[in-house]
Amino acid sequence: MNPNYYVVLAAILFTIGIVGFLVRRNALVLFMSVELMLNACNLLLVSFSRVHGNLDGQAASFFVMVVAAAEVVVGLSIIVMIYRARHSANVDNENLLRY
Amino acid sequence: MTALLVPLVTGDAVAFWICGPLMVAAALAMVLFRKAVYSALALAGVMVNLAIIYASQDAPFLFVVQIIVYTGAVMMLFLFVVMLVGVDSKDSMVERIQGHTVASVLAAVGAFILLAAYVGNSLVSKTTGVGEANAQYGGNVQGLAALLFGKYVLAFEATSALLITAAVGAMVLAYAERLTPRLNQRARAKARIAEYAANGVHPGPRPSSGVYARHNAITSPALLPDGTVSQDSVSSVLITRIGLPDVDALAAPTKKAFAAMEAAQGADEEDV
Amino acid sequence: MTLLEGLTPVAATGLFPLAWLMIAIPLVVAGLLLLLGRVTDGFGHYVATLAPIASFVVAVALFAGLLGRPEAQRAVTVPMYTWIKTGSWTVEANLLIDPLSIVFALLVTGVGGLIHVYSIGYMAHDPGRRRFFAYLNLFIAAMLTLVLSDNYLVLFVGWEGVGLASYLLISFWQHKPTAATAGKKAFVVNRVGDLGMTMAIFTMLAMFGSSSFEAVNAGASKMSPFWVTLLGLLLLVGACGKSAQVPLQSWLLDAMEGPTPVSALIHAATMVTAGVYLVVRSHAVYAETSVAALAVAIVGTVTLLAGAWIGTSKDDIKKVLAGSTMSQIGYMMLAAGIGPTAYAFAIFHLLTHGFFKANMFLGAGSVMHGMADDVNMRHYGGLAKSMQITYWTFLMGYLAIIGTPFFSGFYSKDSIIEAAWEKQPVLGALALIAAGVTAFYMTRLMFMTFWSRKRWQEGVHPHESPAVMWVPLVLLAIPSVIAGMVMNSWIGGWLAPAVGGEVPVGVSWLPRVSVIGLVTLAVVIAGVLVAYLVFGRTSIPESVPYTRNVFTIMGRHDLYGDTFNEVVFMRPGEALTRGIVALDDGVVDGAVQGGASLALGLGGGLRRLQNGYVRSYGLTMVIGVIVVGLALVIGRLV
Repeated sequence: MNPNYYVVLAAILFTIGIVGFLVRRNALVLFMSVELMLNACNLLLVSFSRVHGNLDGQAASFFVMVVAAAEVVVGLSIIVMIYRARHSANVDNENLLRY
Repeated sequence: MTALLVPLVTGDAVAFWICGPLMVAAALAMVLFRKAVYSALALAGVMVNLAIIYASQDAPFLFVVQIIVYTGAVMMLFLFVVMLVGVDSKDSMVERIQGHTVASVLAAVGAFILLAAYVGNSLVSKTTGVGEANAQYGGNVQGLAALLFGKYVLAFEATSALLITAAVGAMVLAYAERLTPRLNQRARAKARIAEYAANGVHPGPRPSSGVYARHNAITSPALLPDGTVSQDSVSSVLITRIGLPDVDALAAPTKKAFAAMEAAQGADEEDV
Repeated sequence: MTLLEGLTPVAATGLFPLAWLMIAIPLVVAGLLLLLGRVTDGFGHYVATLAPIASFVVAVALFAGLLGRPEAQRAVTVPMYTWIKTGSWTVEANLLIDPLSIVFALLVTGVGGLIHVYSIGYMAHDPGRRRFFAYLNLFIAAMLTLVLSDNYLVLFVGWEGVGLASYLLISFWQHKPTAATAGKKAFVVNRVGDLGMTMAIFTMLAMFGSSSFEAVNAGASKMSPFWVTLLGLLLLVGACGKSAQVPLQSWLLDAMEGPTPVSALIHAATMVTAGVYLVVRSHAVYAETSVAALAVAIVGTVTLLAGAWIGTSKDDIKKVLAGSTMSQIGYMMLAAGIGPTAYAFAIFHLLTHGFFKANMFLGAGSVMHGMADDVNMRHYGGLAKSMQITYWTFLMGYLAIIGTPFFSGFYSKDSIIEAAWEKQPVLGALALIAAGVTAFYMTRLMFMTFWSRKRWQEGVHPHESPAVMWVPLVLLAIPSVIAGMVMNSWIGGWLAPAVGGEVPVGVSWLPRVSVIGLVTLAVVIAGVLVAYLVFGRTSIPESVPYTRNVFTIMGRHDLYGDTFNEVVFMRPGEALTRGIVALDDGVVDGAVQGGASLALGLGGGLRRLQNGYVRSYGLTMVIGVIVVGLALVIGRLV
C-alpha cells in the first residue's frame, strides 16, 4: 500500500484540526482539535515507521501519547479553573491579552 | 489463488479505505457539531478508527494503547470536563472577528497543500514493513520494549517526571479553597431557631407529601387541617416542572366513597 | 637548567587509578547531607567526619605507593576524562599525584579529619550542624581538586570551590550581620584575585594552547620576557587574593566571624596556603622572570611584617591568630619568591604551620568554648590552671611558632630566614625582625590568655572541653613538636624533583649552627623578654587602654586596610557610578524615551492587529508556519 495515502490522510486530519482550532470558541473543542492534530502526527509517525522498517517511529508515537496525556490533564484543569472563575469556557471572553 | 483474483487489495488497504473516510467524516463532525459532547464523541470515533489503522499497520501495541489510553482515559476525561463545565452550552455561530473564518479556512488549506505536497513528495523509498523489526525481539511489544528501555530509556524516564508534574499541576490548579466555614449540625439548628424567632418559619422538618386512597406519589400535596394545600410538602422542583395536581380530583374518589357510605347509613337509619 | 625541568608524569598503575576517590567521597557526602535534609540531622556529622578520614587513608596509600617508586617515576597522571575539547586546544580533567600534591593531600585530609572530629564537639549544640559539616566536606573536596589537578583550569575549579566553601562557612551564622558582611567581603576581595587568576589562565591558553602544568612548564622558557613576567604577576595577583597577601589582605581578619574550626581549617591550615602552592607549582614561570619572582618575595615580606604588626595590637584572640597566619603565609611567599633553593622551605613551613596553627586555632576555640564564646583576651587570664590540656597543647603550638629550637617552626622558619639572607640581605633582615615581633605578640597572647591573673567576666566558669575536642588538640600538638625534626632532612630531597629545586646535602634532624640561626634565636628571645616586661610584670587592664602609640593605633585598625580600600576603590567607584547614573538619566534615557515615544506611535497603529482573541493569534501562528514551510520548499527548489 502506497504510504502517500497515509500522508494525505494525516494531512487532512491535521488540517481539520487547524480549522477546528481556529474557528471554534469553546475551549474544550479547541483542545479536542489539538488532540486531533496530535493524532494525525501519530498516524504519520506510525506510517513512516513502517516505511523505514524499524520501530523508532512507533516509540516516538508512544511518547507523543504520553505527552498528550500530561497536556490534557493540565489543560483541562486550567479550563476547569477558568470556568470556575468566569462561568464560561468561551475563549473569546478571555481577551485580556489585548491589554 | 484468491490473492491473484484481487491482486492489489491487501488487509491494510481495506482497513484504510474503510476507516480513513470514517475518520475524516468524524473529524469534520467534531468541528461542525455545536455541542461539545457531540464533538467529544466524534473525536472518540476518530480515535477508534485510527486505532484500527494502527493495527493494520503492524502496530498492535499502539492499537491497544490508543484504545485504552486515548479513547478510554483521555476521552473520558474530556467528557467528564464537558459535563462539569456545562453540557448545555452551545457555541454561537456568529463570528466576532471580521473575516476570521474565511482566513482560517484559507490558511488551513494552505497548510494542507504544503503538508501533503511537501511531506508526501519527500517519500522516495518503498514501504519496508515492520514485520522484520517486529520479529527481531519476538513481537511488536517486545521490540518496542527493547527501544523504550534501551535506546530511549532517558526519554522514558523524563516522561515519568512529566506525568508526575502534570498530576501535581492538575491537583494544584483544580483545587478550590473553601472560603466559608463548614456548617455543622449545631450551627444549622441555631440558624433554624433564629429564623423561627425572626420570621416565624417553622423550625421542624417539612411535612411529608400527601397520602390519598389511590395516590401517594411525592407529587401529591398534603392537606392542612383547614383543607388547603401545604406548599411545603412537595419539592419546589417538582412544582415547577410538573405543577401541583388538582387536589379536588385526588380527593374526589374518597369523597365519593364517603358520600356513598353516608347515604347508605342514612338509608339504614330511615329503615330503623 | 636540568634541575628545573621537573618530572615527566607516568601513567597510573596499581592503586593510583583510585585517586579520584579522595575527591569523590567528601563531595558525595556533602551532596547527600545537603540534599537529604533533616533525615541526616542525627548522624550526618559522623558520616561527614568519616569522609575526610577515608580520603586520608587513600592519600596515605598513594603516598606509600610513591615512596616505593624510583625517584624519576614519582609523578603519576590519573586520567579522568576530557573536559573541554574544542578546535585547537583540549582540557583533560586529570589528577596528578606527585611529591608536592601528595603532601598537600595528606595535610588537607589529615588536619581536615582532625578538625571534623573536633567540630563534632564544637558544633554539638548548633542548629545548623548538618549544613556546617556538609560545607566542610564540600571544602575538603574542592581543596583536593585544587591540589590534585594536573592543569590550571581544573585547579581553578577547585580554587573557586574552596572560595565558595569559605564564603558559606564565614557567613555560616548568617543571622549575625557582621558574619554576613564578612563573607561578602571575602567573596568580593577574592574576585579581584580570581581576575588575575583567570587572566593568567587565558594567557596560558592563548600562548600554549593548553593549561596543563606540563605544557606550561615546558613552554615557559620559550616565552618572551614581557609575557612571562606578565604571567608571573597575574598568578601573583591570584595568589594574593586567596592567601590574603598585601594588598588583598583585608578579608582574612573579618573571616574570623566564621566558626573556629573553619578558621583553623580554611583560614589557617589549608585554603589560604593555596597561593603558596600556586606559586610553587608555577616554578617554571618564576624561574624565567626575576621581576615577578622579586615581586612575590616583596609581597611576602610586606605581608609578613603587616600581619605581625596587626597581631601585636589586637585583643580578639582569633584576630591575633589571623594576623599571625597572614604573617606566616608571608614567610612562605617570601620563600617561594626566593626561588629554587627555597621552594622546599616554603612547602616545609606550610606543612609545619598547618599543624601548629590549626592546633592553636582549635585551642582558641576550646578556650572560647570554656569562656562562653568570649573572644576578648582582656577577659581571659589564668586559664593555664583551669584548662590544662588546652594550655599544654597550645603551649606546644606557641613554642613551635616562635621558633624554639627542636620544635617544628624552628626548622622551617630559620631555613627561610637563612635563604632570604643569602638571596637579599634586606629581605632577610626584615624577616628576622618579623621573627622577633612574632615572638612578642605570641608571648603577649600567652600572657593575656593563660598566665596572668584572672579577669573573667561574671558568670563565666572556664572548664576543660570534652574529649572529642581535646583529642584532636593532642594529635595536632604532636606534629607541632616533632614535624620539623622528622621532615627536616627528608622534605628537601622529596620535593626537589617536583618543584625543580636542588637536593640539599648534609641536612639532618639536628639544627644547623650558623650565624643567622644564632641571631634569629637572639631576636626571638628578645621578643619574648620584651613581651614579658610589658605584659608579664604589670597587670593587664580589662578595657582597652588609651594609647598615643601610633603603631598600636594603626595595628588596632588593621593598618587602615579597609580605609585604604574605601578611599582608593570604593569612593572613586561610587563617584564613577554616580557619573554613570547621571549619564544614564540624561543621555541614554533621553534617547531611549525618544525611541519609546516613536515605538508608542508605531505600536498604536499595530495595536489593531492585537485584538486579544486567542484564535486570532493562532491564525497568525499558522500563517507563520506556512511561510516557514514555503521558505523551506523554495530553498530546496532553488
